[in-house]
Amino acid sequence: MNIPEPASAPRALPDRSRGWLARSATSWETLLLLVAITIFLINMQASPYFLDPWNLSDATFNFTEKAMIAFAMAMLIVAGEIDLSVASIIALASTAMGFAVQLGAGTPVLVLVGLGVGLLCGAFNGLLVARFGLPSIVVTIGTLSLFRGIAYIVLGDQAYSGYPESFAWFGQGYVFWVITVEMVLFALVALAFGVLLHKTSFGRAVYAIGNNPTAALFSGIRVPRVKFVLFLLTGLMAGLAAVCLTSRLGSTRPSIAVGWELEVVTMVVLGGVNILGGSGTLPGVVLAAIIMGLVTFGFGLMNVPGIVMSIFVGLLLIAVIALPVLGRRLVSLRR
Amino acid sequence: MSGLLSRRDALLALALALLIALVAWRFPAFARPTSLGGVFTDSSILIILALGQMMVILTRCIDLSMASNLALVGMIVAMTNAALPALPVPLLVVLAIAIGATLGAVNGLLVWKVGIPPIVVTLGTLTIFRGLIFVISDGQWINAHEMSDGFKALPRLTVARVPLLAWSAIVAFAAVAVFVSRTGTGRALYAVGGNPDAAVYAGIDAGRTRCIAFVIAGALAGFAGYLWVARYAVAYVDIAGGFELDVIAACVIGGISIAGGIGTVVGALLGALFLGVIKNALPVVDVSPFWQLAISGAAIIIAVLFNARAERRPGRIILKRAEQGVTIAVPRSVQGKSVQGESA
Repeated sequence: MNIPEPASAPRALPDRSRGWLARSATSWETLLLLVAITIFLINMQASPYFLDPWNLSDATFNFTEKAMIAFAMAMLIVAGEIDLSVASIIALASTAMGFAVQLGAGTPVLVLVGLGVGLLCGAFNGLLVARFGLPSIVVTIGTLSLFRGIAYIVLGDQAYSGYPESFAWFGQGYVFWVITVEMVLFALVALAFGVLLHKTSFGRAVYAIGNNPTAALFSGIRVPRVKFVLFLLTGLMAGLAAVCLTSRLGSTRPSIAVGWELEVVTMVVLGGVNILGGSGTLPGVVLAAIIMGLVTFGFGLMNVPGIVMSIFVGLLLIAVIALPVLGRRLVSLRR
Repeated sequence: MSGLLSRRDALLALALALLIALVAWRFPAFARPTSLGGVFTDSSILIILALGQMMVILTRCIDLSMASNLALVGMIVAMTNAALPALPVPLLVVLAIAIGATLGAVNGLLVWKVGIPPIVVTLGTLTIFRGLIFVISDGQWINAHEMSDGFKALPRLTVARVPLLAWSAIVAFAAVAVFVSRTGTGRALYAVGGNPDAAVYAGIDAGRTRCIAFVIAGALAGFAGYLWVARYAVAYVDIAGGFELDVIAACVIGGISIAGGIGTVVGALLGALFLGVIKNALPVVDVSPFWQLAISGAAIIIAVLFNARAERRPGRIILKRAEQGVTIAVPRSVQGKSVQGESA
């Protein structure tokens, strides 16, 4: 940490700059935290109903499921890949769970089916990208159509429902007072991915691959295997999100979670992860998830239609990337 | 123009012919000229969009906002027509192209001047354009009776027994073919995508070239926006929702490499027709339309697997293989070309 940086360093290395205090004070995460607090305060002003603990608890449903996927997606994007098929994995996993219900499966089996289908879908993506070396953006656009397409073949214009009562615990249950089961899952998953990305050699390998896959390979990192595992994890998280969402809605339609892939990617990019790979942190993604949840909830309280919120999300996505670039350009102009 | 029909395009044409033959074997009516003409007309909008997307992908970019651009422009021209029925339709078409190009320029300038990755820019504009439709229309539909007759009739007018909708795809195809093969800017698209560094040393402004590709793609999407609204005689927030993926699918099936620099206009045309034939053949062979999504997904994956094999040429092969953990000796014949891979 305290190795002095040479004056003529070609570029800032992620963990070899100033002390942690100076770094954290000017970091992306601090900015996000300030934004989150600001939005929180604005919401408090805008609506008297905002601070109600039950309202706030309900608001978390806006982001917990998407955020679970976003954590895995963040690691994938840090490694220089992307998975656009996550929403379709939810659809397929949910359809499989609905199918299992018709066969009389109980809650434990349903959860296993959901997670299992997620893993299988992730393995399929991972196989195509890591084994065959195909570009992940095209592969996952293909599987985006394929997975949801299978859900449509199975379901058509029908819907599955009749989930057992105990299954509702995941999406509708409360652990304690206003703390939902999903919030606990969200926290656990965030912790697990945070440790995996920031405290293990696997996480270091992910950064190495994102910065320079060739150098990573020649450093002895098994690049295809790491990428495969990342796709597996993303599939697993999509499966978990499918369990939560299906449990919350209590029914499955093939159009379930349509368009979520864009919101998940937006969350990750807003969280400060470089879309080109190589940098980004998990706490940033957590904050971005909370910000998006707060914004959606705040707009909802003000009766702003969902599609108008999406304009805001789109602008936010472009602005958070454009502003630092423009800011840096302004600074370099002054020099 | 003989180089235009590469070996891959010939294979794809063969696959397309086989597909049509397969359907025609059971249902001969499908292969009748009028029926196939109908399939072409039905695929026209997809062809126009795929041509635009092709130019963007050639420069190593991607435009996810094309369908939203189409829908926004479609809504604007439909509302203009409903409010001012006296306005001549050709003027509306020009308006559609101009607005589409402007929206494309927003993408292009953000990529060129601000340096945001194209996928992020167009992901953002995808949602913004779509949201703007709601804002300007207040969620209302523009229905057939609110549009003037001339507005709705133009795509259906026939010239030499071919409707103008199909003609516009043919003209777009010819124009783009000439543009990418016979103009400096068109060739620059390939250069920028094939090797951006080399293109810069060859005196090509890579950012400007990309911006031009986005503007042209936007203009084509705007034009398609008019065609869509006039053809289906309705405009609402969700028209062409998810169509951006069909467009990319058409390009991928057409052999246009997402890594840039590789692709032909014939490929884009055949890729779009391939999807069009599948879409039109499913009801004929009595398969539920719900199969369409899965089939096009499978087609994309197969096409990508196929493309990857075709793209593994000397000079490109070195980095690819090295990434996969295969230590290979660089053959003497390609050593000179390996410089590109090592500097990347």
